[in-house]
Amino acid sequence: MTTHIHSGLLHREPPIFELSSPGRTGHALPAPENLDCEGLPGHFLREKAPGLPELSEVEVVRHFVRLSQWNHCIETGMYPLGSCTMKYNPKINDAMSGLAGFTATHPLQEDEFVQGSLELMYQLESALCRVSGFHSVTLQPSAGANGEFTGLALIKKAIDLRGQGARRKKVLIPDTAHGTNPASVVLNGFEPVLIVTGPEGVLLPDAVRPHLNDELAAIMVTNPNTLGIFESHLKEISELVHGAGGYVYMDGANFNAIMGKVRPADLGVDTMHFNLHKTFATPHGGGGPGAGPVGCTEELAPYLPVPRVLRTNEGRYRLVSELPNTIGRVHPFFGNFSILVRAFTYIMENGGSGLKKVTEMAVLNANYVRSLLKDTLTVSVDVDTLHEVVFTDRDLKKETHVSTMDVAKRLLDFGFHPPTVYFPLIVPGAFMVEPTETESRIEIENFVETVKTIISEARTDPEKVIGAPYRTGVGRLDETTAARKRILRWTPPQP
Amino acid sequence: MRYLPHSPHDIQHMLKTIGVEDVEELFRSIPRDQRTEKPDESPGLPECQLRRYIEGLSSKNKVFCVMLASAGAPFHAVPKAVETIIGRSEFQTAYTPYQPEVSQGTLQAVFEFQTIVTELMGLDVSNASLYDGASAVGEALLLALRVHKGKRRSVWVSEGLHPHAQTVIRTMLHAFGEVEIRWLPLDGKTGATLLPGPVTSDVAAVAVGYPNFLGVVEDVAAVAVAARQGGALSIVSVSDPSHLAVLASPGQLGVDIAVGEGMGISGTGGMGGPGLGLMAVRDEYVKQMPGRIVGQTVDSRGNPGYVLTLATREQHIRREKATSNICSNQALVALAFTVHMSLLGPSGLKDMAVLSRNRAMELRRGLLEIPGVCELVSGPVMNEFALVFPKNAEGLRAHMADNGIFFGVPLGRFYPDKPEYKEAILLSATETACRDDISHTILLAKEFYREGK
Repeated sequence: MTTHIHSGLLHREPPIFELSSPGRTGHALPAPENLDCEGLPGHFLREKAPGLPELSEVEVVRHFVRLSQWNHCIETGMYPLGSCTMKYNPKINDAMSGLAGFTATHPLQEDEFVQGSLELMYQLESALCRVSGFHSVTLQPSAGANGEFTGLALIKKAIDLRGQGARRKKVLIPDTAHGTNPASVVLNGFEPVLIVTGPEGVLLPDAVRPHLNDELAAIMVTNPNTLGIFESHLKEISELVHGAGGYVYMDGANFNAIMGKVRPADLGVDTMHFNLHKTFATPHGGGGPGAGPVGCTEELAPYLPVPRVLRTNEGRYRLVSELPNTIGRVHPFFGNFSILVRAFTYIMENGGSGLKKVTEMAVLNANYVRSLLKDTLTVSVDVDTLHEVVFTDRDLKKETHVSTMDVAKRLLDFGFHPPTVYFPLIVPGAFMVEPTETESRIEIENFVETVKTIISEARTDPEKVIGAPYRTGVGRLDETTAARKRILRWTPPQP
Repeated sequence: MRYLPHSPHDIQHMLKTIGVEDVEELFRSIPRDQRTEKPDESPGLPECQLRRYIEGLSSKNKVFCVMLASAGAPFHAVPKAVETIIGRSEFQTAYTPYQPEVSQGTLQAVFEFQTIVTELMGLDVSNASLYDGASAVGEALLLALRVHKGKRRSVWVSEGLHPHAQTVIRTMLHAFGEVEIRWLPLDGKTGATLLPGPVTSDVAAVAVGYPNFLGVVEDVAAVAVAARQGGALSIVSVSDPSHLAVLASPGQLGVDIAVGEGMGISGTGGMGGPGLGLMAVRDEYVKQMPGRIVGQTVDSRGNPGYVLTLATREQHIRREKATSNICSNQALVALAFTVHMSLLGPSGLKDMAVLSRNRAMELRRGLLEIPGVCELVSGPVMNEFALVFPKNAEGLRAHMADNGIFFGVPLGRFYPDKPEYKEAILLSATETACRDDISHTILLAKEFYREGK
């Protein structure tokens, strides 16, 4: 059986279908009394059973536990993915989201039977309003990108109701924006217009001025931007955009850098999405489920998705769907509800004071990384940064031929997940570090020492860095072959 | 704060290294007049009080012992092993697998998920999942519009899709703009979608529910043929993937794009989500697929491994020309789905589907014995069906609720302008109900009407 062992306790685990053998099962359902499907026409029935694997519960559990052991996760170690933000996910949040009162309720139960869920959603909306300064919040969007779509749809609705929908189609997007922004713009029938950030890494009013006309629908600004820099002219830019009849969308993905310090509504922002995993410590699940609540001004509130949760004078909660100007729905029910429970638990544990402290420690950690590494790596723009810092491989590559990707892969050998690489696109060979507030000084110092070790390896033994990783379960993976061969599902081996 | 590993000494040391006086100085790039004037300084709750507060909220919800409603959110019996696996830190607290060398667990699990979805749907390619079944229909319609490169600007969508999904679709397509949705009504007698005639040359896709919102299993093969004859793509939305152990796969019926809602299998449908949007397509449409896709490849040592692939469709590469703005999936929910499907195997899935149908048919048979109760529509069903009650359907539901039974969903809530739906209830049963639950429910209903309520 040694073929299934890679090294030590790490298993080489085949696709689950190869572990299957006929007649085994991992369920405990009683045998159905009546097997014929009376009333269903024969040609409606399935000809061939789906090729699901056949295994006992023990084998299924072992298979997935073994797979899990191939993953790096926040509970294994630091995950300094800039702009993606991976902070520790408190255990109490999971426990609260797993309460039967939340997990066993049908989404169409009458309001009187889900008072607890409605109260939780109402209170979470209120808490998000408090910390952002917005008038209203919807919790429906399933992820940040879904929030972008929703916020822009509110703007589109407002423009349509003014009778300007045919003309106001341009949405300004700075080059420091998140990658999803242009796609979200197109999904709303708008046209993205790229504008260029100033030399200091912030957007200047002059970049916006040429676009202030009756074709302008909105500006979509990530703040702090993807260089980790606060957009200090946003307030003035908001006034300019409003003066031209446009709206301001703020991508709030990086809200964790300013929570408790700045309320986006005070900057003239009309609508913004939050990413609950980034700011409010909900798990990322290897890609989801996330949640992307959207806040907006009183002007845009009538267009929010339905149903809305209202509080009655008697302190009861009820759902209201009859809003004439709503954009409709972006989720069939209430969004990723179990994620909402986690975020609300986190907010209640921290209180306003705790959330502010979280921001401060996140910014402290990022600046500590920066000051320890600024002489080893090149900082992309030499101005103050908040929650993350972006380095470039410009100088390293010139000197050694070792690239950001090589340094990233070599980090894996030392047990660190690499930072975000090659983003933002405006920085050549970007190496974007965001430690978050949940890393200790010692862990940060270990990370920094490791990066320094790798950079010195790049000078003395560049091939070693270029060939990394060596100690991971699999070596560097061939992405070109994956795209060319397109093996997108398991198929039985040909006899 | 227990999640902040900074001692006062650490903070001082770090500030000194950075070269600032205090933490406030780190925020000097934010102009003073843009700062929050009065930050919220409210304290947090310690864990014991936090627990009491949130548990208090959860206990204000009513948990029914017997669930006789699906209506887009079916409840199946999910083994504890599923929760155990998705609760593992390595899956739950990992990020999107951008560094495949340390994410093979997530990637291989998604590859297995994609395989299971293609097997169920009988189609060639699945993605790594979408947000939910409703937005998956919207994405499928946008996919069909892209396939026709803007030459066909209308879609035919059945009114047999879940009413909330209809709203999601309307929101998505209205935002996208310049697309006409023609809503196809249901036949009042059979409950199946009525095609208005041959599919015309302006139609990019025809979408129907499978089964539809009233529980009716429609003649999907006929819809697929009609779509194909008119040069349009056919889309079906599967309301409960367990049905596909019994019902013909969409691929077998000639469908081009199959989407669905998987949260009933993943067991995450409390309060309606996290959902799990399924999507599978014929091979020729893979380049127009939205969402993440995992592919198999080899590593530098010649071993098999998995990576995110076909990224040229996606927003971070293609920017405004991307197939969608989606940059995540419902990975953990997809994992739960994969684990549960692996535990069930083909025989377990079939048992689940057949048991659910047996329970539903017993319930329907028993209720139809009550004088004045009749079917709303006559089409064939799986485990969901609509009955019209002689009077006071709301009173009956309240009586059931008093007995711990969630007795379906009143259809009048969704169709206030249809008088024939006023006393109609959409009911469903799954294997979570036992025979005694069903007979008890029937008895309660008979008593209710015998007592003339």
